[in-house]
Amino acid sequence: MRGDKRHPPPHPTQPTSRSQRTLPQAASAIAVSVAGIEKSFGPTRALAGADLAVASGEVVALMGANGAGKSTLVKILSGSHTPDAGTITLDGKAITFASPSAAKAAGIATVHQATDQAGAAGLTVAENLALDELCSPGGRFLVSNRSIRKRAREIAALIDLDLPLDRDFVDLRPAERQLIAIARAVAASASLLILDEPTSSLSATEAERLFAVVRRLRDSGMAVLYISHRLGDLAAIADRAVVMRGGRIVGAFARPIDFPAAVAAMIGRPLEAATHRGEASTAPVVLSVKGARLVAGAAPFDLELRSGEVVAITGTLGSGKSRLLRALFGLATLAEGTFGLDGKPWLSSGPGQSIENGVFMVAEDRWQSSLLPPEVPGASIAGTIALPHLKRWFPGGLLRTKRERKVAAEAIARLGIKARGPDDTLDELSGGNQQKVVLARWQAAPCRLLLLDEPFQGVDVGARADLIAAIRGSQSGSATLIATSDTEEALEVADRILVMRNHSLHAAEDGHGPLSDRIDRVEGEETAGDPR
Amino acid sequence: MTELTTTQAAPRPSLLREIRRYALFALLALMVIGFWYVQPAFIRSANLFSILQAVSVVAILGVGVSITMAADGFDLSVGSVAASSVMAASYAMVVWQMDAAETMALVLLMGALIGLANGLLIVRVGVPDLLATLATMFLLTGLQLIPTGGRSITAGMVLPDGSTVPGTFDPAFLILGRSRLLDLVPLSVVAMALVALVAWFLMERTRWGRVFYAIGGNETAAHLSGAPTKAYRLSAYVISGTLASLGGLIVASRVGRGDVSAGNSLLLDAVAASLIGYAVLDKRRPHVIGTVVGAIFVGVLLNGLTMLNAPYYTQDFVKGVVLVGALAATFGLGKKR
Repeated sequence: MRGDKRHPPPHPTQPTSRSQRTLPQAASAIAVSVAGIEKSFGPTRALAGADLAVASGEVVALMGANGAGKSTLVKILSGSHTPDAGTITLDGKAITFASPSAAKAAGIATVHQATDQAGAAGLTVAENLALDELCSPGGRFLVSNRSIRKRAREIAALIDLDLPLDRDFVDLRPAERQLIAIARAVAASASLLILDEPTSSLSATEAERLFAVVRRLRDSGMAVLYISHRLGDLAAIADRAVVMRGGRIVGAFARPIDFPAAVAAMIGRPLEAATHRGEASTAPVVLSVKGARLVAGAAPFDLELRSGEVVAITGTLGSGKSRLLRALFGLATLAEGTFGLDGKPWLSSGPGQSIENGVFMVAEDRWQSSLLPPEVPGASIAGTIALPHLKRWFPGGLLRTKRERKVAAEAIARLGIKARGPDDTLDELSGGNQQKVVLARWQAAPCRLLLLDEPFQGVDVGARADLIAAIRGSQSGSATLIATSDTEEALEVADRILVMRNHSLHAAEDGHGPLSDRIDRVEGEETAGDPR
Repeated sequence: MTELTTTQAAPRPSLLREIRRYALFALLALMVIGFWYVQPAFIRSANLFSILQAVSVVAILGVGVSITMAADGFDLSVGSVAASSVMAASYAMVVWQMDAAETMALVLLMGALIGLANGLLIVRVGVPDLLATLATMFLLTGLQLIPTGGRSITAGMVLPDGSTVPGTFDPAFLILGRSRLLDLVPLSVVAMALVALVAWFLMERTRWGRVFYAIGGNETAAHLSGAPTKAYRLSAYVISGTLASLGGLIVASRVGRGDVSAGNSLLLDAVAASLIGYAVLDKRRPHVIGTVVGAIFVGVLLNGLTMLNAPYYTQDFVKGVVLVGALAATFGLGKKR
């Protein structure tokens, strides 16, 4: 299975000059359209007048970098958020949704990326398939197991789903949970199916099965809005690609989709110009990983990072990217193998020891892993940056706020953080500025190895460019290792890209060759083989 | 250039915020003036200091509770630690004939050890904080009755085995609860002021306090920033236990006997003071100054009402009203800043 490419190459490699085609008139009726949708969260304007139409029997790919507004648009369509302005038209009627269940009742079904919410743990497959009827207010008071199973079989037959009906939902793999969610959407005769990053945790064969189901639904006249980072997925399934940036639709591409141009529209400039050519570095090795097995049974791998180098690791959800970072930071242990830092063996007992030795980690999801709620002392920009450095900055214990405010003021100027000053709390900042503060925290002290886990989550492209400049511009001679599930992010930030698959690292590309080949090599490596 | 427009946040509605910051102080001043107007004896320094003396133990216990709350914990055992300290101090002097210094050292050590046990139960064993300290509370409430067979400890009492106790309270021990500095300020009030000052300095002006609050705000973030979060949480309970036993020592030296019902309302009063403290300076978090002000607030109210001949049994109701009002004001009004 390895090296077996499941997608045709995205497109001829000629870097076209941003040939933005006009939106082709959809052949069949428009199932759903949104016009002039606006939505703000505090200081952040997530959607600034988005327009989008999906026709029946069409798969539209919604593309956009982190923070472009894709998820906000999805949440508005699925009824989780109400828009500040704009209209949603479904089957010719203007509608507003008060809640997710209202959207569902109107015929919009959403399959979210987090598949653990696709059903209820503790219930069987059959009960989950029939869940909508069990939960509907007008449903029957008494239900027998037999009637549930009968109904579940009918629903499963709609998409040829072949799962044991007695299995508990918690024992299902993500792909199986996703199919249950899709089956429920079909059973509810949805007119629009939204798939949010559906392949992020699937293997190649599972993804193929998903595509087959989606194609069949499309052919039966369902409108599908497909959100994905993976260009290979879009090439395989999308009839049309719509690109978002800064809360607006900035481009639409018909088949065959010109991916380099779509990516350029996504990040606001040609990706070629934004990428970095990996030079064969002769700088001293900072980090060496030898014979590492992340989990028992996984293939061992080696890795070397040189001073000043920025390396990105991509891979699907759960492939082991975060685990490697956590092991380096002392939060997880290797099943086998050794780390070396600046030529000396490195085995951290935990964050405290790592930080003392200049190994810093920015974990995924900043509100969960890095930031403090606003009512706590030290939740300001200054306090947030200072938190890991308190011991070194204030050895006597007495806080001198002047010092931390000075560091914060420098960071605000250097990274272009939009804030009134060092005393602003983090909830007053936009996502990109919050992430800049988190990066500033770890650039406030001499660093040897900087580990970044999904550093561009919920960050708009402008702030992403600032963050990349700050990551690459650091002159301290440290090495940087970045885990990201997004290929373009990896191409933009890194000198070279490695792929994590089945808890083992595979060299994907070294920064040479045309861009679309690089994308293809990375995504081909990500989905080669089958987990298990 | 980012295309997401970041609007400058509007200047805070500062008047409303200032009002909320000082609301409790204003109410306190209003109360003092009102009680003074109705009952001129209220403002006499002897009465004011007796109010402070009455709240000193609650304030000291409350400071301990608020430190555990800052680290996202909760210590329900402070009342029973104080009550056991009363009994332990009395037993040490009356039965074991220890002197004042030995007794104080023993009792404070006992408080610290109980705090350590609480902390280990929570941090190491993983029992949720409320349950662990509730269990400790039951344990201590029962344990303190066993050595004396459920009777209060006084000089000359008869022990369960029929012997008469040999010792008495050391007169030096009684100084803590009964004498005044410069013939004016009760020593227990001085102790409260010292505890409050040191704890305030620790929590607001040092990096250790910052880490306590960081753990309470987001333990993962504190841990990933290299803080030894378990050690901090453990030490919060040790501090709380030690302060509770100090409170017990003050009670014992004021009462001069080991009264089995000494610590009855201390827990709820201390917790209430900490929670009322959330509203002080509109901090919306546990803090030392707020806890002390909260304790004084309740003390002034109860003292004034007593002077106005309000019956004793209405006291808990009044405390409840104050607590509900303060919490509603903290969390309800202007939730979005």
